[in-house]
Amino acid sequence: MNIINIEHIAKIYQVGSEEVHALADVSLRIDKGEYVAIMGPSGSGKSTLMNILGCLDTPTKGVYNFKGTSVSQMNDNELASIRNKEIGFVFQTFNLLPRSDALHNVELPLIYAGVSSFERKERARAALEHVGLADRMTHKPNELSGGQRQRVAIARALVTSPSIILADEPTGNLDTKTGEDIMSLFLEISGQGNTIILVTHEEYIAEHAERIIRLRDGLIENDEIVKERFAPIKNGASKM
Amino acid sequence: MSPILFELKEGLAISLRAIRANKARAILTTLGIVIGITSVVLMSTAIKGIDNAFQTGVSSLGSDNLYIDKWEWFNNDIPWWELRNRKNLRLDDYEKYRELALLPTAIAPTVWSNQTVKYKDRTVELIMVQGTNHDYINTTNLTFNEGRFFNEYESNGGRQVVVIGFEIAKNLFPRGNALGEDVKIRGHKFKVVGILSEQGSWVMGQFNPDKQIFMPIQNVFKYFQNEFFRSITINVKAQNSLMVEATKEEAIGIMRKIRGLKYNQINDFSINQQEGLLNTINETVGVIQIAGLFITGLALFVGAVGIMNIMFVSVKERTKEIGIRKAIGAKRRSILGQFLTESAIICLIGGLIGLLLAVILSMIVNQFLPTSVQAETVVLAIFISLITGVISGFAPAFTASKLDPVEALRYE
Repeated sequence: MNIINIEHIAKIYQVGSEEVHALADVSLRIDKGEYVAIMGPSGSGKSTLMNILGCLDTPTKGVYNFKGTSVSQMNDNELASIRNKEIGFVFQTFNLLPRSDALHNVELPLIYAGVSSFERKERARAALEHVGLADRMTHKPNELSGGQRQRVAIARALVTSPSIILADEPTGNLDTKTGEDIMSLFLEISGQGNTIILVTHEEYIAEHAERIIRLRDGLIENDEIVKERFAPIKNGASKM
Repeated sequence: MSPILFELKEGLAISLRAIRANKARAILTTLGIVIGITSVVLMSTAIKGIDNAFQTGVSSLGSDNLYIDKWEWFNNDIPWWELRNRKNLRLDDYEKYRELALLPTAIAPTVWSNQTVKYKDRTVELIMVQGTNHDYINTTNLTFNEGRFFNEYESNGGRQVVVIGFEIAKNLFPRGNALGEDVKIRGHKFKVVGILSEQGSWVMGQFNPDKQIFMPIQNVFKYFQNEFFRSITINVKAQNSLMVEATKEEAIGIMRKIRGLKYNQINDFSINQQEGLLNTINETVGVIQIAGLFITGLALFVGAVGIMNIMFVSVKERTKEIGIRKAIGAKRRSILGQFLTESAIICLIGGLIGLLLAVILSMIVNQFLPTSVQAETVVLAIFISLITGVISGFAPAFTASKLDPVEALRYE
C-alpha cells in the first residue's frame, strides 16, 4: 500500500533576485512498512524533501498524496493535524522540551490529538517502556544522556502510532556506539511493521535501511533496494 | 469533554507548566500589573472614601432640611448681582414666618461670624460663631459629650451662653471641665452650657460643627455684627423627607407674602436644600474619579505594555519550543491559546498580589480616610487584570501562532 506518493515535486526559494531550486523535480513512492534512507551531500535538497514529506512545508510545484489525500494544498491547521496523527519526527538535536520530564515530552503529541489525561499517561508510559526508558520517566532532558534523549524522542514519535516515522540525522549528535544502539532500535521498530524514513549523509547509517534514495542537486540520483524486506532481525545486526 | 473545554484545560496546564518553569521571569512580569492593580484599587478605594466623607458631611445637614436664604447656594443661572440686590432676610422675617408656617417641625434663624475665642491663656483663632435659637438643635443631628443646647429662655432672653464644638473644646480645655466655664469672645464672657461630641464632618471645612460655637442669635447682633447689614438664614426642618416639597411650597408662599411680592414678581429669596450641595459634591467627586482613574489607568497601561514586551521576548526565546510543538501537531489555535492563557494567568496572579497589597495599604489609608476595599472593586480588579493579560498577550501570542515550523525548529 502506498503511503507516500509524490509526483514531480519542486521547491523553489527566492533568494534576492535569484531563484534557488532546492528540489528540482522529484517523484517518489514509499509503501507501508518500508525502511527508506534518503542520502545526499549538504545542499542536495534532502532536508527540503524531508520537510515536505513531514508536512512541515509545502512544495512549490507538484503533487503530494499522503495515504491517498493530497496534502500539497492544505492549510497550516490541516497540515498540523496530519503531522499530529500520521507522522512521528525524530530530530538530530532531539528537540525535547527542556523543562519538561520525559513522560510529559512523550505525552505532548497526544495532548494536541485530544487524548484524555489518563489515557495519555498510559500510552506515554508504554512508549517509554518500549524504548527501554521505564526508569527514566520523571527525568528532564538535561538529566539524560544523548542516547536516552533520542530514545525519548523516538518514544514521542511512536506514541501516536503514526503512519510514518521521519528521522532526520538521528545519530548526528551521538557517538558511534550510542548511534548504533539507536539504529538497532529503529531496526526493531521497523521490524514491527512501522514505515521509517531516515535522512542521513552517513553511509554506514543508511546501510541499516532496506532502500536507499540518493539525492543530488535537487534530483533523485539513485533509488535502490539494498536489502530484502522482512529480513530476520538479529541482535548482531549493528555489527554490519 | 467537549473539544473546547479540553483545549482550555490543556492550555491551562501547559501555561502553568511554562510559568512554573520560568518563575523569575513570571514574577518580574507580574510586577507591572501588581503596581497597576494596586494603584487602581487604592485609588478607587480612596475615591470611595472621599465620597463617603462628603456624603456623611452632607447628611449632617439633614436630608429633610430647607434653608431660606437671600442667596442661592448652588447657583448656576441667576447673576450674582441680582442675588446681592435682594432685600436682606431679617429677624422680623423669621418671626413672621415662624408665626405663619404650620408644616415645619423646627425653625431656626442663623447668622454667623468669625471670631477668636479665648479661655485663660488659650486661644482658638477665627472660628465660626453661629448665632441661632434653641430650636436649632432640632434641625440637626448634633449629639453632646456634656451639657445641652441652650434652651428657649436663654435663647429668647439673649443670655450669654455658648455650646462649643468638639475640637474647640479639645483646644481650649485640653483637660476637660469645660462645662460651666466662661470663654471670652471680643472681651465678652460666655458661659459654656454644652460640649458637642465629635461629628467628624471634616470635609465641611469651617462648616464642620466640630469647629463651631453656637450662641443665641441676639448676642451675635449685639456684640459682633450689625443686624441691619446682615442677612440671616432660616433653617427649616420638615416632618420627614416626604413633606419636604410641601414644606418648601408653604415656605415660598409665606415668604412671598412677608416680602410683599406681587403675583408678577419673582422670588427675592431662595429655598436651599442639601440636594443642591449633593449635586455639587457629586460633580466634584466625579472629576476626582475621572482624574484619579485616568492616572492609575496609565500605571496599568504601562504594566500592560511591560507584559506585552516580556511576552514578545518570551515568544522569541521559545521559538524552538513553538517549532517543536507545531512539528508534533499543535495547531495555530493551540499556540495562540497557550500564550494568551499564559499572559492572562500571569496578569491574574499579578492582579491578586496587587489586590492583596491594596487591601493592606488601604488599612493604612483608613487611618486618615475611613474606607475599605469594596467587593465590587475586587471583582473589577480581577476582571481588569484578566482582560489586560488577554489584550497585552494577544499580539505576542498571534506572532507565535504564525511562526513557520521549519524556521522555528532551525532557530537556536
